[in-house]
Amino acid sequence: MTIRLRLFAVAKDLAGFHEKHIELPDASTAGDVLAHLANIDSRFSRWGSCMRLAVNQEYVGPDHKLCHDDEVAVIPPVSGG
Amino acid sequence: MIQLTSLPIDIEAVIDCVKAPETGAVDVFIGTTRDQTAGRKVTALEYETYEPMALKVMERVAGEAGGRWSLGRIAIVHRIGRLNVGEASVIIAVSSAHRAEAFEACRFLIDKLKQEVPIWKREFFADGSVEWSGQTPESAPARGGL
Repeated sequence: MTIRLRLFAVAKDLAGFHEKHIELPDASTAGDVLAHLANIDSRFSRWGSCMRLAVNQEYVGPDHKLCHDDEVAVIPPVSGG
Repeated sequence: MIQLTSLPIDIEAVIDCVKAPETGAVDVFIGTTRDQTAGRKVTALEYETYEPMALKVMERVAGEAGGRWSLGRIAIVHRIGRLNVGEASVIIAVSSAHRAEAFEACRFLIDKLKQEVPIWKREFFADGSVEWSGQTPESAPARGGL
């Protein structure tokens, strides 16, 4: 399946891109996206525990099953206000 | 009024939009940009957002506040982009018939915004360094993930 991956703040800096379509095996989960990113840059392994994931603009847990065309965002610790 | 804006926030306009004849209280929280973090001088700040999701989450937390307290109107406006020190980065205004609900709901909304809304602050320090604010793997409590 293809997903639209969006990265923000420190996640964008670590990966070196803001947005990209990526191919994942069918039945992949949101957590698999972090594993995919850890292969691009090992620093994601260290950050993984405090990055949250959102699918189609809603927070999800790492076990959330992805669908083709989902928009998956990696949400580093937020710091608005 | 739920809004993200790259322009300076018109504080009076935000307060006016929550005033209503049936309400007797307006509580306002204004967050402003500080000139130092942990003793290091900050010269400017920049806020980034995941806009469609941030607006959704702001709507959701406003709905939660409306479910918990009897409120008149709610406004949440957050600034995005580059700011100078001392500018307003966020305004929350809540009206209600009596003050207790407005105070409590305003506190709830700023706390929720700081925990849930996908907005990130980057600080530009006087020594030339630039850093994302907030938790790091070293400071954050474990949350699962990898």
